[in-house]
Amino acid sequence: MNYSNPFVAMLFRDLRIAFRQRAEIMLPVIFFVVVVSLFPLAISPDPAVLKSIGPGVIWIAALLSILLSLQSLFRSDFNDGSMEQILLSPFPGSLLILARIVAQWCVTGLPLIIISPLLGLLLHLDAHVIWVLFISLLLGVPYLNMVGAIGVALTIGLRQAGALLSLLVLPLYVPVLIFGSNAVISATNDLPYNGQLLWLAALLVIATTLSPFVISSALRVSCSYR
Amino acid sequence: MSVKDKLWLWFHRMASPAYFFKLAGQLLPWSIVATVIFMLIGLVGGLVFAPADYQQGDGFRIIYVHVPAAWMSMFVYMVMAANSAIFLIWHIKLSDIVARSSAVIGASFTFLALVTGSIWGKPMWGTWWVWDARLTSELLLLFLYLGYIGLRSAIDDRRVAGKAAGILALVGAINIPIIHYSVIWWNTLHQAPSVSKFDNPSIELNMLIPLLCMALAFKLFYLCILLINSRSELLEQEKRSQWVKELVTSS
Amino acid sequence: MIEFLKMGGYAGYVWSSYGIVAVVLLLNAVSSWRRYKSLILRLKRLHGEKNQ
Repeated sequence: MNYSNPFVAMLFRDLRIAFRQRAEIMLPVIFFVVVVSLFPLAISPDPAVLKSIGPGVIWIAALLSILLSLQSLFRSDFNDGSMEQILLSPFPGSLLILARIVAQWCVTGLPLIIISPLLGLLLHLDAHVIWVLFISLLLGVPYLNMVGAIGVALTIGLRQAGALLSLLVLPLYVPVLIFGSNAVISATNDLPYNGQLLWLAALLVIATTLSPFVISSALRVSCSYR
Repeated sequence: MSVKDKLWLWFHRMASPAYFFKLAGQLLPWSIVATVIFMLIGLVGGLVFAPADYQQGDGFRIIYVHVPAAWMSMFVYMVMAANSAIFLIWHIKLSDIVARSSAVIGASFTFLALVTGSIWGKPMWGTWWVWDARLTSELLLLFLYLGYIGLRSAIDDRRVAGKAAGILALVGAINIPIIHYSVIWWNTLHQAPSVSKFDNPSIELNMLIPLLCMALAFKLFYLCILLINSRSELLEQEKRSQWVKELVTSS
Repeated sequence: MIEFLKMGGYAGYVWSSYGIVAVVLLLNAVSSWRRYKSLILRLKRLHGEKNQ
């Protein structure tokens, strides 16, 4: 562990804290699996039907799982005042925030990505489709974490934070949902999907470079409010 | 004083609450009159004088409220986003007031664009709602507006609310082109219904002039609302200041 | 005149659209105006009391 590097220090600190509460790590994954399982029950277990709705269902379930897990981001640090310490530290706030989000992704996003092939099998998706699904989630879920973190930073400390967070963040999720889901659907129909994946990559790059700054300004604003 | 100095002086005076309050009050009657005039010209031109479309008959006249409402929904959001940027960067409080005063009317225009678009859709496409690119984009824009209004009202401290909502408005503004493009792209994949009068490039002058008049009338209406709301917000914000005291006790 | 009101059979659609537009715009105008007026009144009372 290299403590002279603040990014790595922050990252490992968050990961260690997260792994102490192992139960909480499982929650988004369990939610993900449960929601996906509801769709065959509600609609139809017919493989042809599942093949066509599968990509959209998995993408939406992933989106909702991330949204659910966002609530805990930043919250405990905000409540006990250490958020202000982080922002006041000599290290750039955006760098530390990025480390925190990467940790969040490791704990909430990465498990979803890893388990997605299994869910693809549940919904009777073909092997090459599952591969595209995996890649699309790999590119798209970090974006969901980062843009979601913007929403969290703006609504932290508010009473109705949960509902308001969803309202703020869902329109911003739409492009990734469209491109991600569509990449997989195109793969199902043997159509080209590279364009969609490139779009996801581009959106990810934009989010990674811009969101840490936006999030740290939003956190500064929220901290000044309490 | 050079021209540049005069311009700066004017700019700084504009941003001063008392001056802007007075200016807005003077501008308001003229704006109201102009709004009424252009609204009448547009309505008469659109409902009476424009010839009926050979394809859609008189039903197409909904265009005279639908398209201006859609244009305004985007315009007002841009005004909100630009003013949010000015407020966040240069801390000019008047910009925050303009953004705050525009939110509800902007959301109203978006709502109207959706409703009139939906009503227009029924005779044209046979269903009350169609997931076409424009309507879907407007729906997402409505969510962006509602999020802005929700965030603003959830924070009690005016200044903090202004900053937080300002950040949100900017993030939304950056996203709008991305959302718009992705929705258009998504729409082309799913065999969108045939292009309606929305995008017809060769529109007759008879039909175009009332449309532009209505667009101008809606813009002027927005200006009226903006002026009244800004005055209210200024009074609210500066209620303990001297000029407000004098204004209120003298009348 | 009747022809005008009938709008070539599309009367329901056209007039309901224009109607909703009129209602929403009027609501905005009225609520903005009323807010302004009540604020002036409230401030009059606030500063009037202070002077006495």
